[in-house]
Amino acid sequence: MAVVTVGGALVALEADEIVYGAIGLAGSLFGVATLFFLLNAPYVAVFQVTVYVGAVAVLILFTVMLVRQEKWAKEVAPTSWTKIVGALSGLAVAAAVIFAAVSTNFGSDTSLQNTAGFLEIGQLISTGYAPVLEVLALVLAASIIGALTLSRADKEEPGE
Amino acid sequence: MNSLTDFVIVSGMLLGIGVYGIVTKRNALRLLFAVEIMINAANLNFIAFGQFLFTSNAVGQTFVLFSIALAAAEAAVILAIVVVAYRLHQDVDVSELKSLEG
Repeated sequence: MAVVTVGGALVALEADEIVYGAIGLAGSLFGVATLFFLLNAPYVAVFQVTVYVGAVAVLILFTVMLVRQEKWAKEVAPTSWTKIVGALSGLAVAAAVIFAAVSTNFGSDTSLQNTAGFLEIGQLISTGYAPVLEVLALVLAASIIGALTLSRADKEEPGE
Repeated sequence: MNSLTDFVIVSGMLLGIGVYGIVTKRNALRLLFAVEIMINAANLNFIAFGQFLFTSNAVGQTFVLFSIALAAAEAAVILAIVVVAYRLHQDVDVSELKSLEG
């Protein structure tokens, strides 16, 4: 599944046709969801599948099809210099994280031991983190309203 | 594929790919892809550390639920901006979108 995840991410950025890129992104997100399953967190995995693979990927796919242009297929390749700098910085970040992970001793017992499930998540969300939930609801509502306003801003009102 | 280090390595690779995309791509949609990949790397780290290093609490999973919801809101706004930019400029190349510059 790690191969699917990382390979999907690469396809998402490097596929010539951007529709294939969107599908690759969906595959990568699905791979992350399966990693959540492996990590003993089924609720988050299902949430990831419904929200990301179900909603966000479809939203992205529709937008891609709306704004797609044929010339993107033979897109002006970024200059090789930019590409080299980008690859170097990406490799540097990945190498730093991986080196830190490999060289750190995560304590004596690093087997999967968390058994917290739906009950603990529900209790946390509805008690300690209830204000966060409220604010998140406001943010979601505001972003949806903002998106709607943006996408109909320059439409002429029929009565004016 | 079952120690904490493996998951952190996968997360680091995703983060590196995201950084590479942010640096090289000029298409707004590709930039959105890169940002989503980086957010997922962060979520994977949250879950991995939370599941391995704590015996019984769900704080990591709770944070990731909030993070996924925030990312969905962010994607909706970015896609609306992309559609508006396309309507105004017939293109979504971020190096061409300069109408806000003085």
